[in-house]
Amino acid sequence: MKAVLAISARDNVATALEALDAGRSVEANGVSVTAVERIAAGHKIALGPILTGEAVIKYGSPIGLASQDIVPGAHVHTHNVASSRGRGDLDVAIAAAEPRLAEPPDTAATTQVASEADE
Amino acid sequence: MTTDRPGFYGYRRRDGRIGTRNHVLVVPTVICSSLVAERVAAAAPPFASALPHLAGCGQLGPDMRVTHETLAAYCGHPNVGAVVVIALGCEQVVAQVLAEAARAHGKPADIVAIQSEGGTVRATEKGSAIARSFAGLLAGQEREWCDVSELVLSLKCGGSDYTSGLASNPTLGRVTDRLVELGGSAVLGEIAEIMGAEHLLASRATRPETAAQLIQIITRVEGEARALGLDIRGTQPSPGNIRGGLTTIEEKSLGATHKGGERAPLEDVVPYAARIRHKGLTVMDTPGLDVESVTGMVGGGAQVVVFTTGLGTPTGNPIAPVIKITGNARTARQMADNLDLEVSGIMNDTETLDAAADRLFAEVLAVASGKQTAAERLGHREFAIHRRNPTI
Repeated sequence: MKAVLAISARDNVATALEALDAGRSVEANGVSVTAVERIAAGHKIALGPILTGEAVIKYGSPIGLASQDIVPGAHVHTHNVASSRGRGDLDVAIAAAEPRLAEPPDTAATTQVASEADE
Repeated sequence: MTTDRPGFYGYRRRDGRIGTRNHVLVVPTVICSSLVAERVAAAAPPFASALPHLAGCGQLGPDMRVTHETLAAYCGHPNVGAVVVIALGCEQVVAQVLAEAARAHGKPADIVAIQSEGGTVRATEKGSAIARSFAGLLAGQEREWCDVSELVLSLKCGGSDYTSGLASNPTLGRVTDRLVELGGSAVLGEIAEIMGAEHLLASRATRPETAAQLIQIITRVEGEARALGLDIRGTQPSPGNIRGGLTTIEEKSLGATHKGGERAPLEDVVPYAARIRHKGLTVMDTPGLDVESVTGMVGGGAQVVVFTTGLGTPTGNPIAPVIKITGNARTARQMADNLDLEVSGIMNDTETLDAAADRLFAEVLAVASGKQTAAERLGHREFAIHRRNPTI
């Protein structure tokens, strides 16, 4: 069983399938990263640097924007990622809330899970 | 009798629809008659099922309409063979409308009103006698072989964690694709949990109007949160979702939308509890709250619900079987009582998604043919009608 799983080749985070201690090296999407802190099973690890305001990508689609700079191997969760949807507390620019119809569907996403699970 | 095509043993109704259960539905018109309805249902086991609810009076226009429509939809539902309406007498919901909804679908129906019967005791006695006589009628009805294309499957997830998006939802998605390819129907609700993944579903819409409708209701839900000046993150993802590793609503939605498969065309977008009119995939405008969502999708005509869960959840329904499936091995042990199927093998590479989907598909057909689910065994029969406005 692999330690982490990236679902789409576009993803810049991977999901820990078991708890990762700081210093643990894992590999996903062809990159090797070392956990800089403890990451619980089911939580996400950054596969590369993600700068403030950049999209965090999982399932090949954005799941939110980095609210601070994220280093490779960092735990990626609510402390450093902010959703850009349904945010009445912010005066979210309409553009940010506009459905992203133009974005091509990532049809590879679930297929990738399948092929990885089939291994 | 059977053919090469998959199918199940169901109840063929006079209106041509197929039931997977055969209930005497005991439906209170209003919260005030809910207890009598429960006592009447208890007098006619195992057929009778009560539909206790908190609505039926003090409701303004749109909410009153949704309450009426939802109760009427249950009275006409193919999993229901007969209906006893328990009224109070002074409420907004009209008992005759509910009885007529049943009769219009060829089902026997009768009304007992607490005020005109002379109180709880007399109304309970009269209702119980009617329920028992209807149960006698239903006992004589037999299941017959029905093609899988008669199935309307409700797709639901709740108590999600990281395994939901990786294992149980993709498993259900494959079952959805297979069912739709065979000519069946599936319905996906929970608009807030499509938020962030709408581009994937919209791209599968067969008509541009359908894609536009989907985007419109998602924009509306998002606008509602904005209009309140509130942050949807207080509820989406839920605190349990966040502990489980889900960070944002977008992440939850992308995982949740896998339930709708990868290929099934999006054929329609319908309001809460409205009849599902098309084969293929339909999106229903329901809230994310589990019980309100399942209540609406079953009202739309779903005869079986598949409910994926990461953390485990007990939700059932008064008339439709709810199949629980988890990809979390710990939950499968911890909440074994509440679960029907475990697909955690996908997480550790000991089972393929296709093999898990084969098992789930077989389970759906078995349950459609009468196999009891965990929720049914435990008596879980949660029911809640969605409301948007205050009670006046």
